[in-house]
Amino acid sequence: MSRLSVRKTYKLYIGGAFPRSESGRSYPVTSAKGDFLANASRASRKDARDAVVAARKAFPGWSGATPYNRGQILYRVAEMLEGRRGQFAEELGGGKRAAAERVDATVDRLVWYAGWSDKIAAVHGAANPVAGPYFNLSSPEPTGVVAVVAPADPLLGLVSVVAPVIVTGNTCVVVASEPSPLAAITLAEVLATSDLPGGVVNILTGSQAELAPWLAGHMDVNGLDLTGVDDADLALRCEQAAAENLKRVLRPAPQDWTADPGTGRMTRFLETKTVWHPIGI
Amino acid sequence: MMAIFEYAPAPESRDVVDIRPSYGLFVNGEFVDGSGTPFKTVNPATEETLAEVATASSDDVDRAVQAARKAFGVWSALPGAERAKYLFRIARIIQERARELAVLESLDNGKPIRESRDVDVPLVAAHFFYYAGWADKLAYAGFGEPRPLGVAGQVIPWNFPLLMLAWKIAPALACGNTVVLKPAETTPLTALVFADICRQAELPPGVVNIVTGAGETGAAVVGHPDVDKVAFTGSTEVGRIIARAVAGTDKKLTLELGGKAANIVFEDAAVDQAVEGIVNGIFFNQGHVCCAGSRLLVQESVQEEVLESLRRRLSTLRLGDPLDKNTDIGAINSAEQLAKIRSLSDLGESEGAQRWSPACELPDKGFWFPPTVFTGVAQSHSIARAEIFGPVLSVLTFRTPAEAVEKANNTPYGLSAGIWTEKGSRILWMADRLRAGVVWANTFNKFDPASPFGGYKESGYGREGGLHGLEAYLDV
Repeated sequence: MSRLSVRKTYKLYIGGAFPRSESGRSYPVTSAKGDFLANASRASRKDARDAVVAARKAFPGWSGATPYNRGQILYRVAEMLEGRRGQFAEELGGGKRAAAERVDATVDRLVWYAGWSDKIAAVHGAANPVAGPYFNLSSPEPTGVVAVVAPADPLLGLVSVVAPVIVTGNTCVVVASEPSPLAAITLAEVLATSDLPGGVVNILTGSQAELAPWLAGHMDVNGLDLTGVDDADLALRCEQAAAENLKRVLRPAPQDWTADPGTGRMTRFLETKTVWHPIGI
Repeated sequence: MMAIFEYAPAPESRDVVDIRPSYGLFVNGEFVDGSGTPFKTVNPATEETLAEVATASSDDVDRAVQAARKAFGVWSALPGAERAKYLFRIARIIQERARELAVLESLDNGKPIRESRDVDVPLVAAHFFYYAGWADKLAYAGFGEPRPLGVAGQVIPWNFPLLMLAWKIAPALACGNTVVLKPAETTPLTALVFADICRQAELPPGVVNIVTGAGETGAAVVGHPDVDKVAFTGSTEVGRIIARAVAGTDKKLTLELGGKAANIVFEDAAVDQAVEGIVNGIFFNQGHVCCAGSRLLVQESVQEEVLESLRRRLSTLRLGDPLDKNTDIGAINSAEQLAKIRSLSDLGESEGAQRWSPACELPDKGFWFPPTVFTGVAQSHSIARAEIFGPVLSVLTFRTPAEAVEKANNTPYGLSAGIWTEKGSRILWMADRLRAGVVWANTFNKFDPASPFGGYKESGYGREGGLHGLEAYLDV
C-alpha cells in the first residue's frame, strides 16, 4: 500500500511565527494550467496591522545590528535556499530547467545583496568639506518599516524586492503575489531558519487590492514599494494614501528581474543623516 | 564696575535698493504682466506696502512651462563647462549685489540685516558657486552617465526667500534642467531681483522663469502636466497635498517640510556655549526656521543653571528695526503668521506650561512677537508637538541619555537635532540614535552648500546640498 502524503498548510509569516489569518479565510491557489495546488491564507486588515506591529518591533534590533551581521544573515538565507533548490524548482512549476534557473538566479541575487550591507554607506555616504571647523559626515540610514507589494514573479521577483529593503536595516511587510503565493511562504521557512530575527520580514498572502491600501495608509509604515501593483488605479490610490504621512514610495514600473538591479531599490528606502561634529581642542 | 555703553541706532541705508512700484512675471527672459489680480507685498516691520506684484494665472504658468520646455533643449545640450560658467557668473553678480539683496530681503521678510547680510546672501552666492562646479563633473558623481529630468517646478517659502531659491535653482541648472519657480507671496522681491541677475548674466531665455502668486499659482506649477520634477519647501500640510497631487504621475518629487527639533543639553556641556546655541537654535530668523531647535531638552541636573543663563542672555537681545545692524530679533513675516504664533502660545499657557519673555518693548506698527520660553512643558502639550514657526521655545527635561533619545524622537517630524556635550563618544552615540536628517553637535543652525539637508519621516524626503542634492535633479 502506498503511503498517504502529508500536505503542507500554507499560512502567513508574522513576527517569526506562522499564524493562520485571524479572519480564518483562505483561497485556492492553482497552477498555470488551472490545477488545484493548495489553499493559501487570505490575510485581513487585522493581519496587516499585526504584521506592521511585528515589523516595527523588529526595527531597532535589525537596524542596530552591525552591517557585517546583516550581510552574514542574508548570505545564510542564500545558503538555506541553495539547499532547497529542488523544492523551490518544483514549487515554481513550468519547465524544469527554466524553474531551476530562476531558483539559481534567486540565490545569486541574495548573495549579491548580502555583500551590499557593509558597502552601501561607502558609496552612498560622504564626508562633506564644509567651510568651518566641523567634520561633516553624511551616512545612509534605513527608513523604517517598508510595505512591499511583491511582483507576480513568485520567487526571483519576490527576493529582488525584499532583499534590497532589509539588507540596509529596514524591516518589511510583504504582500506576496496573489496568484502564486506558495513560494513566498516556503521562502518564509527559509528565512525562519536563517537567523533572520522574527519580524524583519513578514509575509502576507491574499488579495492585493484588499491589503495594499491598508498598508499604504498605515501611519506607522514609512515606505511603500508598489512594484507588484499592475492596476494603475490601485497604485494611484495607494500612492495618494501614502502621502498622509509622507511615505517614501517606489512606483510600479516594468522590471527585468534578470538584469543588474543597481542600487536604486536600496537607496529609495534610505535616509541620509548628516552630522556636524565639532573640531576643537 | 564696567561702564555701560548706551545703545545707538545704526541703520543700514535703504538707498541701495530701488524698489519699483510694480513687478511682473519673469517668463522667457522678459518681465511680463500677469493675468491674475496683482497683490501687494508689505514690509512686516512697518506694514508699509513695498510694491505691487503680478499674480500668475494657470495660463501664465503654462506659458512659463512652455518657455522652460523650449529652453531645456538648448540648456541641457550645452556642455557642462558652459553651464558652469553661467552659474559662476550668477554667483559673482550675487556677491557684487550682496548689499542690495540683503537690504531688500530684510525689507520684504523682516529678518535682521545682520542675518540677511552675514548668513542668507553669502550662503546664496556659495550655493551657486558650489553647484557651478558640479555642472561639468556629473559623470564623476557616482551615478553613471546621468541625464537631467527636464522642467523643474519649484515652490519656495518666505522664511529664507533668496536662499531657498538658490537651493532650488542652483542644482537644477547645474544638472541641465530648466525651472519655473514660485516664490512665496509675502516675499517675492528678491526672486524678482534674481530674475534681473539672470538677465545680467545673459542666461538663455526660458532657463529660469519666476511666477509670482499665492497657493493657486503654486498648485498650477506643481500640477502642470509638462513639469518633470517638483521641489517644494514649506509646511508639512501643503507637502501632503503636493504628494497627493503628483501621485500616479512620473514626476520626481522632493519635499523639505516642517520640523520640531530637539536641542539636547547634557550636564557636562559648556553652559555659555550651549546657551548661545539654544538662542541661535530658536531665535535665529525669529524662529521662522523649519529646522529650528524649538524643543530644548535639558538634563535635569543642570536645568536651573541653563535656564537662568538663558533668561539672562535673552534679556540682552534687541528686538526692532530689521535694518538696524544691532537688531537680533526682527519682525514676524506676516499678520497671519503672527496670529498663528499667538494662538499656539496661548494654547501653551492654557494647557499648563509656564510662559516667560524678557522685558521687551514691541514697536507700535508691524508684526512683532517677543522671544518666549515655556517651561514645565509635557510631551503631550501642543507646544511640544506642533511646529510654531516663531520665537517660542518649549523646555523639557531628561535624566538619562536613553530618555533624551526617546523624547527627541517622539515626534512625527525628523528634520534636525542638536547635541551639547563635551564627551565625543556621547555625541556619536546620540547622533546614531536620533531620527533626524541633520544633527548638529555643539553647534546649531549651521548650513553649507556641501552639506546635504533634508528630513526623515514627515519632514519630507530628498536632500538639498552636497553630492546628495544632485540626485533630486538627475534621472537616477
